[in-house]
Amino acid sequence: MTLLWIGNAVLLLVVLPLVVYLLRGVLEAAKSIVPSVNKIATVAAAGSKDLDAAALLLTTQDQVTRTVAGVANYGGSLDVILDDAEEERG
Amino acid sequence: MTAAGAVLILAVLLIVLALVYFLVSTIVQLRRITAGLDEVIAGVGEIVEKSAPVNDVVTAINQQLDAGVDLLEGLLVKKAGLRDAVGLIDGVYPGAAADGLRNFPESTDVDAPRIGEVYTRGTLSLARLGREAPIAAVSPRGAVLRNIAGGSLAARMLYPHVRHESPEKLPGSPGIGADAPDQYEQRDDIGAPRKRFPASRS
Repeated sequence: MTLLWIGNAVLLLVVLPLVVYLLRGVLEAAKSIVPSVNKIATVAAAGSKDLDAAALLLTTQDQVTRTVAGVANYGGSLDVILDDAEEERG
Repeated sequence: MTAAGAVLILAVLLIVLALVYFLVSTIVQLRRITAGLDEVIAGVGEIVEKSAPVNDVVTAINQQLDAGVDLLEGLLVKKAGLRDAVGLIDGVYPGAAADGLRNFPESTDVDAPRIGEVYTRGTLSLARLGREAPIAAVSPRGAVLRNIAGGSLAARMLYPHVRHESPEKLPGSPGIGADAPDQYEQRDDIGAPRKRFPASRS
């Protein structure tokens, strides 16, 4: 009978507080994750929205191609019109 | 039932209740986390989808721009000479001569002429055109105005002026003050009330 009382005392004074302490820590940790996840979700949505303009890169690529082609045409003409520096020295 | 048995049952019941409360609360929080992560995954999936072609497109743009840079650098060096080309670039973009030309590593060793201090940008552009430029109309059949060896002198000759060609002794500015060699009479009307003219009769 004495051992039973000792066991009860241990159960109530040691095991129960320890269980409550550990489970409370797990719960607090889980609660602290929720706001962070919500913030990450907001940032991911904003980042996705920011990338909406990425499709315009195709237009930029087309413009750059045309511009370089135009510069190449002008360069070819200038190459014909202008004297080379080597010829001037001579 | 003994009292010890009742206390044991009570203790176990308390422990079970604590377990149920905290575990259910934890499950609720984990479900919220799962819902949040679902939103994150959706957003990240969109980011991945939208940014997938960026690498290829930017690489293609860079290749095009590289070709343009190669073309312009080669043309500039071919037409103006390496030294003058570096000077021209440094005149338009001060400090750029230190970086040199990408396809001409020796350009970093060039002592760039200070073209920008002699020519304006517009003049530079015209001077690059050589004999056909309006700026060369003074001597259309002569040598090209741009002279790599003596670019500064050529620029001065474009605008003949007494100050540019061995100027004679120019008259100095008048000296003023109590010790000035030329003293001028003080006018009486300075500081006096302004004269008022009678109103005109029409």
